[in-house]
Amino acid sequence: MQQQTEENKRKLIVRVCIGTGGLAAGGKEVIAAFKKAINDFCVDIDLDFTCHYQKVGCRGFCARDVLVDVVDGDKSVTYQGIKPDIAKRIVREHLIEGKPVTEWLIDDSYYAFHSKQHKILLKDCGTIDPEDIQAYINVGGYEGIKKILSGMTPDEVINEIKASGIRGRGGAGFPTGVKWDACRKAPGDRKYIVCNADEGDPGAFMDRSVIEGNPHSVIEGMMIAAYAIGSSLGYVYIRAEYPSAVERLKLAIAQAHEIGYLGNRVFGSDFSFDLRIKLGAGAFVCGEETALIASIEGERGMPRAKPPFPVHKGLWGMPTVINNVETLSNIPYIIRNGSAWYASIGTEKSRGTKVFALTGKVKNTGLIEVPMGIRLGEIIYDIGGGIIGNKQFKAVQLGGPSGGCIPHHLLDTPVTYEDIMQTGAIVGSGGMVVLDENDCMVNIAKFFLEFTQAESCGKCVPCRIGTKRLLEILDRFTKGLGKDGDIELLEKLCNDIKVTSLCGLGQTAPNPILSTLKYFREEYEAHIKEKRCPAKVCKDLLTYGILEEFCKGCGACLRACPAKAITGEKKKPHKLDSSICIKCGACFDVCKFKAVGRE
Amino acid sequence: MPKLTINGKTVDAPEGATVLEAARMAEIDIPTLCHHPKLTPFGGCRLCIVEIKGIPRPVTSCTTPVSEGMEVTTSSPQIEDLRKTVLELILSDHPNDCMVCERAGDCTLQEMAYTYGIRENKFAGERRVYEKKDGNPFIERDLEKCIMCGRCVKVCREVQGVEAIDFGYRGFKAKICTAYEKDLNCEFCGQCVSVCPTGALTGKMWSLKGRKKDVREVDTTCAYCGTGCNITLHVKGNEVVRVTSREDTLNEGWLCVKGRFGYKFINSPDRLTKPLIRRDGRFEEVSWEEAFDCIANKLTEIKAAFGADAIGGLSSARCTNEENYAFQKMIRAAVGTNNVDHCARL
Repeated sequence: MQQQTEENKRKLIVRVCIGTGGLAAGGKEVIAAFKKAINDFCVDIDLDFTCHYQKVGCRGFCARDVLVDVVDGDKSVTYQGIKPDIAKRIVREHLIEGKPVTEWLIDDSYYAFHSKQHKILLKDCGTIDPEDIQAYINVGGYEGIKKILSGMTPDEVINEIKASGIRGRGGAGFPTGVKWDACRKAPGDRKYIVCNADEGDPGAFMDRSVIEGNPHSVIEGMMIAAYAIGSSLGYVYIRAEYPSAVERLKLAIAQAHEIGYLGNRVFGSDFSFDLRIKLGAGAFVCGEETALIASIEGERGMPRAKPPFPVHKGLWGMPTVINNVETLSNIPYIIRNGSAWYASIGTEKSRGTKVFALTGKVKNTGLIEVPMGIRLGEIIYDIGGGIIGNKQFKAVQLGGPSGGCIPHHLLDTPVTYEDIMQTGAIVGSGGMVVLDENDCMVNIAKFFLEFTQAESCGKCVPCRIGTKRLLEILDRFTKGLGKDGDIELLEKLCNDIKVTSLCGLGQTAPNPILSTLKYFREEYEAHIKEKRCPAKVCKDLLTYGILEEFCKGCGACLRACPAKAITGEKKKPHKLDSSICIKCGACFDVCKFKAVGRE
Repeated sequence: MPKLTINGKTVDAPEGATVLEAARMAEIDIPTLCHHPKLTPFGGCRLCIVEIKGIPRPVTSCTTPVSEGMEVTTSSPQIEDLRKTVLELILSDHPNDCMVCERAGDCTLQEMAYTYGIRENKFAGERRVYEKKDGNPFIERDLEKCIMCGRCVKVCREVQGVEAIDFGYRGFKAKICTAYEKDLNCEFCGQCVSVCPTGALTGKMWSLKGRKKDVREVDTTCAYCGTGCNITLHVKGNEVVRVTSREDTLNEGWLCVKGRFGYKFINSPDRLTKPLIRRDGRFEEVSWEEAFDCIANKLTEIKAAFGADAIGGLSSARCTNEENYAFQKMIRAAVGTNNVDHCARL
């Protein structure tokens, strides 16, 4: 048999998403199915191609996981919603016969999802194997640190970062270069660089995805920061609830050690750097930098008063830079491509891109990276594809428990630190939850207050007791127990807590209430004055009843009712005893004739 | 020395001082609950907030270091209003039982509530309820009255070095805990009791024995050891009902378990107040002169019969240095032997 030469071989690559969303949707099983199918067929049919299966990090479009790319030479095809049993078909029809399986191909919404994105961090996230340092090196990884070690002074590095205009992606948006500069100039025997990977906002998974998909970019970013500030030891403070991120980070550190990228005299220079991982025990407040420091030091994670700021007196009392994951992983790209390139993206005061976890009631949920300055509406309608079921958009929640809700008439707001702040929300770390007409804003505020109250460390009075009282007032509203003057009381307490709380958690905890009050005051008033929940969410304010003219007597509601509150004979209108009804809504959901009324 | 102005008054503060310390030096009062001058600043109660020109939001004076040219305002309608909110919040989670509280009349929180005239509480809501009582013999821990100022935790760590208690739980449920929430089992120095600003920590043996206004305070020196800590006996009628120590003394107000809680012997019917001599197998009360004569005679007799080295002297750790010096001098010079030692070596 004539042997084909290497060049003639078809080069096939199958990329399977094993980001968190991918794994949850069965990414590992899909890889196994591909391996098996390729093995089976190759043995049987003696095909002449080399085939790689690659694990890649988060692709972003989590709603369509498991996403699989099949790269055939220079042609790349993407499949969505792949299950293990489909792998066999793809291998047979596409890999062997060269005909893509049309029913699983991505559709227009996939392109729409990516159309307005600008991927810097997430580009590599979705294409390289996060468990292989070589994959990162192949796409230019560690070139940034090599570049600075072979001829840039720390001050030049800091100036480059300053010129790029990058601001902290953890939420507050402090200029990164300025922070580094302050730390570099602060006196201290030792200095530390700390990566804050204690991402705790409900619905946020940006940092997690970056570490899981591109851990080496974070390591390289930390090395560059360490060189700039004069540090030789860094810590990654990461939540223990992110086991796969921790695992990949550990592996990445070990691989970097192995080839001499971490450790003594990196690349033969005078620069030595090592990294330690510190697992957080699941306290939201440890994302606050002084509490994070306390936690690394082995103390209970409770914030400390500022000043002194960590850049002057941080970890173990030494000057410390604490940067967020996303900030750090941007650094290698800035150094590699130059500050001018980075500064050309975004707006004048908010440069670069921002990663958001787009969740809630939009059609296309997932991890997105957009240029700063993009309008909120573009994210929700173009990238997100609009609201599920074409319902009415109500608000978008930005910044998690520290953020606020932005209503429809402000959808033209550009996503920049200043503009978003103006609305009463914050850019935050990047959680973006879309709400529709079925969401009660009082209830949303209550949800976030429940979270912040439970996560308050208890150190300062306004946060420990004040947020509890806020929650109690909101709870009264949702139960129809609000009274005149309660809104004013709520507002006063919100404002006082903002001013008197010790740390960012307490200072921003009232934001979800204040911003919903600002834009949806009438919903609050309806709860108090009319004892009515306009979105029909607050259970205690709802009553159910059967509309006899529509009821066909099918018995579906009667069977669904767990409280036996519904009675009636077949084919005759049923009755609902509201004194027994527990307002679970099962009858409402099950009725096909719209005969169950809810008011 | 940084020069700053507080309420328009120029103050020279030492380098590294906090705004609160500078204000106190200038005799300007700033209310606090969590601050204790001997412990590291905490910044938890938020009552000591002040306005500083150039800083957009009020800051806690207990944690903010002074700097040259700083302009501080300790009281303004906004600041007082915020303090009132914070106090109301604290009181909304505090049992309103000053009538039966051990610390009534000697409670910083009560004093603040009085100063700010808080009667009705617009933030009234759920209050923490703790059923469990701590079974230890000395310290009553009424956590419902705890305002989480952290003084007890800090004194235990920073002064005593014991760390028997720490913060536990989160949010509204946060509280001061022992390890695994077992009964307190520490050295019971009671330093935590001495720094508690409310009735959360009190001495079990003080209970219902008399509040501060009912007692006469008598300053004296602790007789338990040679350290000679200054103590203050709280006397009601002719009974010592409590022992405390002032902060301006050589022991800075710190005491040990014996000094603070070991005072029951004073009123014990078994306590010896006169010397006893055993005659015919029975102890008989005698005068001090008779007792000293008896000792001198016996020592002289033994020395004559067996020599000075047949005698040994054993002194006590409860004596002062001076007393121990005098004792060994007597044994060496008057008795004539070097057989002298001290109970602490046993």
